[in-house]
Amino acid sequence: MKLRANLIIGGALFALAILVGLLAPWLAHTDPVLDANLMNAEEPPSWTWWFGTDDQGRDIYSRVVYGARVSLTVGIVSQLINSVIGVALGLSAGYWGGWWDDVVNALTNLMLAIPSLIFALAIMAVLGPGLTSLLIALGLTNWSFTCRIARASALSLKSQGYVQAATVLGYGDVRIMITQLLPNMLGPIVVIGTLGMGSAVLSEAALSFLGLGVRPPFPSWGSMLSDARDQITTAPWLSVFPGLAIFLTVLGLNLLGDGLRDILDPQSRSRRT
Amino acid sequence: MTGAPLIEVEDLRIDLDDGSRRVAAAEGISFRIDRGETFGLVGESGCGKSITALALIGLLRPPLSIGGGVIRFEGKEIQHLSAARQRDLRGNRIAMIFQEPMTALNPVSPVGRQIAEMFVLHKGKSWREANKLAVEALASVRVPAPERRVNDYPHQLSGGMRQRVMIAIALACGPDLLIADEPTTALDVTVQAEIIELMRNLCAERGTAILMISHDLGLVANVCRRVAVMYAGRIVEERGSADIFRAPSHPYTQGLVDSLPRLGSRAALGRSRLKEIAGVVPAITSFPDGCRFNPRCARATDICRTVAPTAEWLEAGGLVRCHHHA
Ligand SMILES: Nc1ncnc2c1ncn2[C@@H]1O[C@H](COP(=O)(O)OP(=O)(O)O)[C@@H](O)[C@H]1O
Ligand code: SF4
Ligand SMILES: [Mg+2]
Repeated sequence: MKLRANLIIGGALFALAILVGLLAPWLAHTDPVLDANLMNAEEPPSWTWWFGTDDQGRDIYSRVVYGARVSLTVGIVSQLINSVIGVALGLSAGYWGGWWDDVVNALTNLMLAIPSLIFALAIMAVLGPGLTSLLIALGLTNWSFTCRIARASALSLKSQGYVQAATVLGYGDVRIMITQLLPNMLGPIVVIGTLGMGSAVLSEAALSFLGLGVRPPFPSWGSMLSDARDQITTAPWLSVFPGLAIFLTVLGLNLLGDGLRDILDPQSRSRRT
Repeated sequence: MTGAPLIEVEDLRIDLDDGSRRVAAAEGISFRIDRGETFGLVGESGCGKSITALALIGLLRPPLSIGGGVIRFEGKEIQHLSAARQRDLRGNRIAMIFQEPMTALNPVSPVGRQIAEMFVLHKGKSWREANKLAVEALASVRVPAPERRVNDYPHQLSGGMRQRVMIAIALACGPDLLIADEPTTALDVTVQAEIIELMRNLCAERGTAILMISHDLGLVANVCRRVAVMYAGRIVEERGSADIFRAPSHPYTQGLVDSLPRLGSRAALGRSRLKEIAGVVPAITSFPDGCRFNPRCARATDICRTVAPTAEWLEAGGLVRCHHHA
């Protein structure tokens, strides 16, 4: 099997981000919150302060390392919620059709009509800031694309011989959906999920930038950008490093999504053997 | 109940709802299959064989529906059973294999798992037990090295091997009836013969009755003890296989027999054309009045164009539906 460059680079960037998040306590030089020291406020990057320090003298490198935890948790968990909702709704709507399909279609169109970030903003306004609110807001607002794809796949798969054969063999509807339909649509769902994680990381940054994310002083990449915006000319390193972290993570997830699409494509799958 | 046939179909009618009206896609279908018996359903494509099979297993879906008649399984009516009860029958007591071994298996699931799923679903086995039984089932359809083959995906198997897997799945739960709808049409001739032989032997060993459906009278008569010939939604003749070849009674059956290549004949060697039945099967919505075969029938008279013939018992045994049968 030929591994593509996008898969390798994307996978490596994403794996790096996860490793950094997991190993944060060992990688960080200082405590991201407690080790404030006004004696070394606003130091530019140097051998001691790799990414510089902020106006309270906190080590930006350590804060970026810890920030990976929030960004990735939000990205992965909220996208998992979206995937589960999208697949459950789309798969059942496509397979059963009828009024249930109409209901799901109406819901999907509603979700598509309202930009998901605006929707998430509204939910955050009700729930208040915080990690749990972020997970809920982003997890409930970005499933429409997954739902569309799951529905379309179910529609085309349900006329396949093996789905009909399963009916003839006495499989119930739920068993058919789980054993016959779901595994055969997993490719595109995983691809969309990977890309969706990227956009969830971005949304987390946006919401945190607006002050709706994780409460300070605990760092997230978005809230670090938000804090840094007044010093963008005087201390650009405050924005550059969290920005770079977001950029590389999202780039990695997009490359990974593209790479996965290449290998999970059903056509290339059969060619592979 | 021991006297009741395994399956008994009485005056079954299948409706096709085309939005504005209901037309009968099949009607007056009656036959019975005893335990362990082999019964064939033959006819040109589109005459209603597959929808009859679907009616038996409760899988007609709109626009098709059962419009009348009775289907009994072991003496009990099954056409009005709840969806859950019908599911219990399907795959467990009545199994079916299809024409397309290429598409009838789930491409992303190892074949062993697909066999094992039947034991989990219908026999309440644990996956551990079911996986062991799957190896045995694969061995029973003479797939070499079954303990390795269970891990194969369908695309790693040839068409013949896949049809063997389908047979293993269908026979996994020891059904009483196996419906085989054009089971070998998509396969090479040599593979065809192997598969038919395998199916026949396995069913004979286990006392499983076969309902064999095909457009190929030769194939069906070879496998089945009795054969029903369908034309345009009706059974026109039902006889013992040997009788139907020796002395076909209905003009349509005669046409089918004449169109078969005989071993050693010039037609079989491709030197002369086989006799074909002139004309085509009429569409459901435009069945002719009277006998539906009359536009294509050499023996047709005026009565054939107005009055539908009823089923008549033949002295030699069997049924025929023709005003001027032989
Ligand atoms: N789902 C369906 N919708 C409409 N017409 C159908 C459907 N299935 C079968 N038919 C019609 O019913 C008739 C019998 O079909 P079928 O039983 O598949 O024939 P065959 O004898 O070739 O198996 C055909 O004329 C076919 O067009
Ligand atoms: S009833 Fe008449 S038209 Fe029909 S098969 Fe017999 S002879 Fe031919
Ligand atoms: Mg058919």
